[in-house]
Amino acid sequence: MNRASKIYTALIMIFLFAPIAILLVFSFNQSKSLSVFSGFSLYWYRELFRDAETLKAVRNTLLLAVSASVIATLMGTAAAVGIHRLRSRVLRSAMDTVTNIPMINPDIITGISLMLMFVFVGRLFGAATSLNFGTMLIAHITFCLPYVILQVLPKLQQMDKSPPEAAMDLGCTPLRAFFKAELPEIMPGVVTGLIMAFTLSLDDFVISYFTSGNGFQTLPIRIYNMTKKTVTPKMYALATIIFFVILALLLISNLSDPEAAETTRKARKKRKAAKTKA
Amino acid sequence: MNKKTNALVQRLTLTPYSVWAVLFIVVPLIFVAYYAFTDSSFSFTFDNISRFFTATSVIDDGETVREVHTYLVIFWRSLKLAVISTLICLLMGYPLAYIMSRASARTQNVLLTLIMIPMWMNFLIRTYAWMTILQDTGILNGFLAALGLGRIHIIGTESAVIIGMVYDYFPYMVLPIYSVMAKLDVKLLEAARDLGCPSVSVLRRVIWPLSIPGVLSGVTMVLIPSISTFYISQKLGNGKFFLIGDAIEGQYTANNLHFAAAIAFILMVILLACMALMQKLANRKLIVA
Repeated sequence: MNRASKIYTALIMIFLFAPIAILLVFSFNQSKSLSVFSGFSLYWYRELFRDAETLKAVRNTLLLAVSASVIATLMGTAAAVGIHRLRSRVLRSAMDTVTNIPMINPDIITGISLMLMFVFVGRLFGAATSLNFGTMLIAHITFCLPYVILQVLPKLQQMDKSPPEAAMDLGCTPLRAFFKAELPEIMPGVVTGLIMAFTLSLDDFVISYFTSGNGFQTLPIRIYNMTKKTVTPKMYALATIIFFVILALLLISNLSDPEAAETTRKARKKRKAAKTKA
Repeated sequence: MNKKTNALVQRLTLTPYSVWAVLFIVVPLIFVAYYAFTDSSFSFTFDNISRFFTATSVIDDGETVREVHTYLVIFWRSLKLAVISTLICLLMGYPLAYIMSRASARTQNVLLTLIMIPMWMNFLIRTYAWMTILQDTGILNGFLAALGLGRIHIIGTESAVIIGMVYDYFPYMVLPIYSVMAKLDVKLLEAARDLGCPSVSVLRRVIWPLSIPGVLSGVTMVLIPSISTFYISQKLGNGKFFLIGDAIEGQYTANNLHFAAAIAFILMVILLACMALMQKLANRKLIVA
């Protein structure tokens, strides 16, 4: 990288990380202010861990994200296998179009559309409030599915067709052939799909906002309700914890990624070689 | 694989998803149209749609009092702010994507991770952080005052909303452009240079045309969330700048589901038309310089 590129990249990074740095700093503020730092304290972290409603929201979010991402991954992987085997062009393009809808549509429309249906069906059955954990789970599975399918399909297309065929020729049942010869090949796509679904579900606010009832509050909705009133550094303490959890997850996934690990190892070797030469 | 088992596998794997997709992707969209064209007793009406185009309200800005089309003004403002934000993201993101794609593998990895970290932070928190930065008594003004420069009033203006949109959606612009550029064949660039093509022309005639698919998906991924947002305008616009997302959210909160559906329906139709147009432009390569 030349000098101009370095400066440009640095400026963008400052723009991206300045607000996050401010969050981190002010989460340790002694006073209530979010713009004047008056001294270091862990007061707001203690407050956060005393906030039963937020802690419950964290549990709700994890419960929802785990269920939605697991179900979406199972259904989405199966769907990708099926779509990959489709011979009919018309059916294939119909499938592609429908799968694309939740990704292209603004979240607000996905949210509103599901909400309208839930309310309508709920009214048919005479329910006063039809929005609850179930409706939210349906919504989350729905918007996660396309991402899983789009991660798995390319792996199926790149894969060599002969091993599963050979397995079946040698007497494997189709199911066994799939689990023994096909699934291991597409596993990286399945795992990426699962992780994407999990993080999308964890982070979603807009669709959850329209499909959640009063009883079930996820973390983004809790944050939304917190920011309706005057916000204290407690929310920043929450953001700081989220930030470090994400950072840890990213580092772990980066370290466990064999390709990335390989480049790191090579770079280290090179550096060592350079050192010995010097 | 024999035909029979293939058909069986297909049926077993595709059925759950097909049923799900029809029930929870297609049918809900039909419900949007259904609500948009009915009144509260579910009899057919055009009222909701026509209300969007004809409803007026009076604006009194202290100097003049005028009557404007409420929702058309809101829609126009959403479109304007979203387009400006998208252009800023493109202008800022394109060079960055290029720089990243030319860096060493290690640097590329680090920069990618750095760009993705803010994406993983909840966007409500990111937006709120900007609110505390841009406030009249906020960090930016404190900083400017400390430098001896005058304070600026930015919160509650269109600029503040644009800053929020650019910040929140910037990674969505960089990532697709980067992924196209990283796959770009270096030999093409070398060939162009060897044949005496000046750098500017290499950019204009080789890199830019080849990166169009990435640019298009980046533009869509920034334009769509920024045109439909409602949180950014509430927080950074101080509630003074109603956007189309605010209009939908407001009608939903007021339990006017039919009118909320009508606005959502109109937004969806317009976005579909825009996307079809963009695809056509891309196919005709009108964007290619």
